Amino acid sequence: MGSSALLFQAPGALDLANQRRIWALARQVADWPGIREAASGMSNLLVIFDAQSCDPEALQARLLSTWPTVNDTPEAGRLVELPVIYGGELGDDLGLVADRAGMTPRETAQLHAATDYVVFAPGSSPGFGYLFGLDPRLFTPRKNEPVMRKQTGTIAIGGIQTSIGAAAGPSGWNAIGCLSEPLVPFDPLRDPPSVLYPGDRVRFRIEAIVA
Amino acid sequence: MIEIVQTPPLNSVQDLGRFGARHYGVGTSGAMDDVALATGNLLLGNPAGAAGIEIQMFPFKVKFRSDVAVAITGADCRARLDGTLLPPWWSTNARAGQSLVLQSPVSGARSYLTIAGGVDVPVVLGSRSTCLRIGYGGHRGRALEAGDRLACGTASQARQPHGGIGAEPPEVALAAAAVDGARDVTVLRVVPAAEHDAFPEASRRAFWQEAWIVSAQSNRMGFRLMGTPLHLDQPLEIRSSGIVPGIVQVPPSGQPIIQLRDANSAGGYPKIGVVIDADLWRLGQARPGARLRFVSVTQQQAATAQRETATYLAEVETQARLCRGDALS
Repeated sequence: MGSSALLFQAPGALDLANQRRIWALARQVADWPGIREAASGMSNLLVIFDAQSCDPEALQARLLSTWPTVNDTPEAGRLVELPVIYGGELGDDLGLVADRAGMTPRETAQLHAATDYVVFAPGSSPGFGYLFGLDPRLFTPRKNEPVMRKQTGTIAIGGIQTSIGAAAGPSGWNAIGCLSEPLVPFDPLRDPPSVLYPGDRVRFRIEAIVA
Repeated sequence: MIEIVQTPPLNSVQDLGRFGARHYGVGTSGAMDDVALATGNLLLGNPAGAAGIEIQMFPFKVKFRSDVAVAITGADCRARLDGTLLPPWWSTNARAGQSLVLQSPVSGARSYLTIAGGVDVPVVLGSRSTCLRIGYGGHRGRALEAGDRLACGTASQARQPHGGIGAEPPEVALAAAAVDGARDVTVLRVVPAAEHDAFPEASRRAFWQEAWIVSAQSNRMGFRLMGTPLHLDQPLEIRSSGIVPGIVQVPPSGQPIIQLRDANSAGGYPKIGVVIDADLWRLGQARPGARLRFVSVTQQQAATAQRETATYLAEVETQARLCRGDALS
């Protein structure tokens, strides 16, 4: 990953046990000498190091030898319930996802809201994060070109992942709904700054389905 | 204290970036041309990472409310202090009441105004950099506007010698790596990334051999490039991961995107390579329409390049200290 970063990708499935080990690895790596940051992704870990004091080959070897020793440690995590309007202007890909799944938009929304998701990693913008637990029937490939999303709080599906959009801007994910109550995802002066953290569980409550 | 008299949108307070807040999903931000910002600071006796003003839209005009030493580095913006033209890559003393005007550069894209003591805005999550995309850090989390007043921190060296101090521009001092036949092509060193080998031979050849054009859809978040589309034989399902400034992603359209300082902090498009840290400043000075070419290097070669930049900055610091006649510490 360039001159001052390595991306460690864990072998195996995208699941909670593997992800807990990623979080545990992140905590260990952060204390190693020469490490500037360690950021969890979806069953992977981005490690940013100081290229003047840290040899990438030695770091790579240490990551590979440490991984088998890292234990699956349970996270405390909170349960956060968020009300959602599925479909409508801010979830205009609900029909597309439903068609691919061979379901009605209503069944699609109900299936999406039936799961308690686990926050696996910080998102592409701060505040919400990537969620794990999407039903395989709802897997939908990313778009060929990103489109502009006007609002934060968009619930979207990208491949085998689902998330809540934390910033307006270009996104290649399929929007299926939006939080019904606006939330400021991230405020560095608030305590805590983010709405959701890795390890939290998220339950979507259906406020409305606009077909 | 300096007052912004005139500014188009998108000029902002930046330092060398925000590290240590990625667990929130917070990216680095920071100066697009980090070498120019650091050089200006070192000319003034500041720490290399003091906050300055990144000017990417012109004309830009400030008025000094107190006597302060300033430096202007980066793209040559024909800066005039009360009408007197200053050389590029130069520092000087400004007096209270004087005005400084920066005009559109003839070449390059971004100029940096640094002040003795640094721009004193609150530190947010370890940095004074503005994240324009989300709206935190810098001056009130936003781009500068006319009427804004910025305080200066405490300077270790308040005055520059009469006539000022200049630095050799990095495009001269660090040119060797960037020259490659065609004079109007910016050569960037790139370490291949995780999905590089998944691209078929034709796409890899196009990536490394063709000149890529910086499109108009290019800003502090990232540059979209134009050229022969790059395609995988079959789509890969990629798990989202943290990304770094300089990463070259290839969305299904086949037109690469170089993610930069204000980019998303994570992503899942295939990554073909990463522009090395030591060359990111060259991108910071590339305008829409500029042509880029990528050359493959190892992480070891990238570390060597980083040391060359560090040596250049150390020489700027030493020369400036000698010119000022600072007591040797």
